[in-house]
Amino acid sequence: MSGIDGVKHIVLVLSGKGGVGKSSVTTQLAISLLNKGKNVGILDIDLTGPSIPRMLGLEGKQVLQSTAGWVPIQAHKLLKVMSLGFLLNNRGDSVVWRGPKKTAMIRQFLTDVYWGDLDYLIIDTPPGTSDEHIAVMEQLKEFRPDGAVLVTTPQSVATADVRKEISFCRKVNLPVLGVIENMSGYVCPHCSECTYIFSSGGGKNLALENGFVFLGSVPIDPQLVALVEKQDSNLISLYSESPLAVQFAEIADKVLEPIESKT
Amino acid sequence: MSSIVVQSQSSIPLVAHNLPAPEPEHCPGPESEQAGTADSCAGCPNQTICAAKLPVGPDPDMPAIKARLQNIKHKLLVLSGKGGVGKSTFTSMLGWAFAADENLEVGIMDIDMCGPSMPRMMGAEKEQIHTSNSGWSPVYVADNLGMMSIGFMLPNPDDAVIWRGAKKNGLIKQFLKDVDWGTLDYLVVDTPPGTSDEHLSVNQCLKESGIDGAIVVTTPQEVSILDVRKELDFCRKAGIKVLGIIENMSGFVCPNCKGESFIFAPTTGGGKALAEEYKVPFLGSVPLDPRIGKSCDMGDSFLDEYPDSPASKAILEVINNVRSQIEN
Repeated sequence: MSGIDGVKHIVLVLSGKGGVGKSSVTTQLAISLLNKGKNVGILDIDLTGPSIPRMLGLEGKQVLQSTAGWVPIQAHKLLKVMSLGFLLNNRGDSVVWRGPKKTAMIRQFLTDVYWGDLDYLIIDTPPGTSDEHIAVMEQLKEFRPDGAVLVTTPQSVATADVRKEISFCRKVNLPVLGVIENMSGYVCPHCSECTYIFSSGGGKNLALENGFVFLGSVPIDPQLVALVEKQDSNLISLYSESPLAVQFAEIADKVLEPIESKT
Repeated sequence: MSSIVVQSQSSIPLVAHNLPAPEPEHCPGPESEQAGTADSCAGCPNQTICAAKLPVGPDPDMPAIKARLQNIKHKLLVLSGKGGVGKSTFTSMLGWAFAADENLEVGIMDIDMCGPSMPRMMGAEKEQIHTSNSGWSPVYVADNLGMMSIGFMLPNPDDAVIWRGAKKNGLIKQFLKDVDWGTLDYLVVDTPPGTSDEHLSVNQCLKESGIDGAIVVTTPQEVSILDVRKELDFCRKAGIKVLGIIENMSGFVCPNCKGESFIFAPTTGGGKALAEEYKVPFLGSVPLDPRIGKSCDMGDSFLDEYPDSPASKAILEVINNVRSQIEN
């Protein structure tokens, strides 16, 4: 009996590169899905730099143990969250672990956490193609994850790393559900001129070259950054006012399409 | 899908570790006190070897590493708990800026195995590593600027390096033991994000010959600073001196209207407040400039291409602060 038996679909959010917005995409994808009435879980397997508690304004929450297993944090009636961030005594504490220990923790997250019935479990990952990624794929191989959403920023230094992640997906037979180009342009609040700080088009080209669905270019939105920084636990309801909400609802539809048409 | 650990396709053989089987979960570590006796050691094929504690004592590679590195004056680590904050960008600038002084010999070592960015940023993407009887030769991008990265060893730049920790550690050791760095004034080590195998290994290997310190890079928003706190905690635990904190991507000046705005707002005081909290020097902040990203993509030196931009001036000031911290 495993804690993820009640989970219908599993989607991973991956990127070879760090700081491109994996956690931000995970959060927004989860909110878009729950706005469509889905039961969603977020599992954050970035053990040395967990960002999900901060993204959702859940820092300081404690994970409880029940007879069925660890109880994930209930962020909303349709959203459950689990992250190593909830297990630290002090938010500044470092987790200095070598591979085998990280592997064991991820296994525990996937077997000992009682997720209950979920439509979607979204797994947020650290950058790279190493212990965490190998561990999660090995642990999930019987569950056959539905696929991965790849996040990149437009510049070629970032897409070069994401190409490696694509090789990883091919090697482990993980379907790619699509590519999101994040941080694509920034609109100046003074003159409304859009500047491509990290250039543009990199993600789209990456998707075209590999024959993947291009899920969209998401601009930098300082409002969303501010919303997250405010640590308002109502992010989930406030998000619908963000201009990104409309775009992410479309992205979520594109992600869901191949999954839902299968079942 | 039986196993998803791929073998290295590099022509250079990689020595990872000398145990016959991979470490199990909850492995206390072959060098630890409980090696071979912990609960998780039961049934492990390595148990007898670990329990015999044969390799306990100094790592036989350490004297070799020490001998290799004795002609390197200063060793710097560029660290950050967070990814994509500009570790590699700053490393490349530090490299170019140090190497602008013809009297200095500079080396850059990229230990990000899964996402090596240095070859592209230094404009050396297609280069390969040559071996001679004195070891692996670094790739030279200027007469006095050599570099080493796993990016030079991949037959195809899109190949993924799907390695567990132990294997990454083996290559880091080789970068220090087998690379013919020669005499260097500065060796700058670019690291991956996090606080895991790579960081522990490079620290262990360099400890004996002495690390001058770490430069910690962050961006202004708390989501990033949260992870950088962990890195500072790691430095404290590992006994690495923090030379200072750099705040990157702070503020953006619109090229159209010259109006300034904060893309990643420093709601908790940014890098400066972090430096005060941990009582480490603040080395300066560098604004966002779209041309930095472009220069990195092209492999050009931003400092040489746009010497008059505000970002160049800010970077040079940070580098001066780094140098004065090292010389102290």
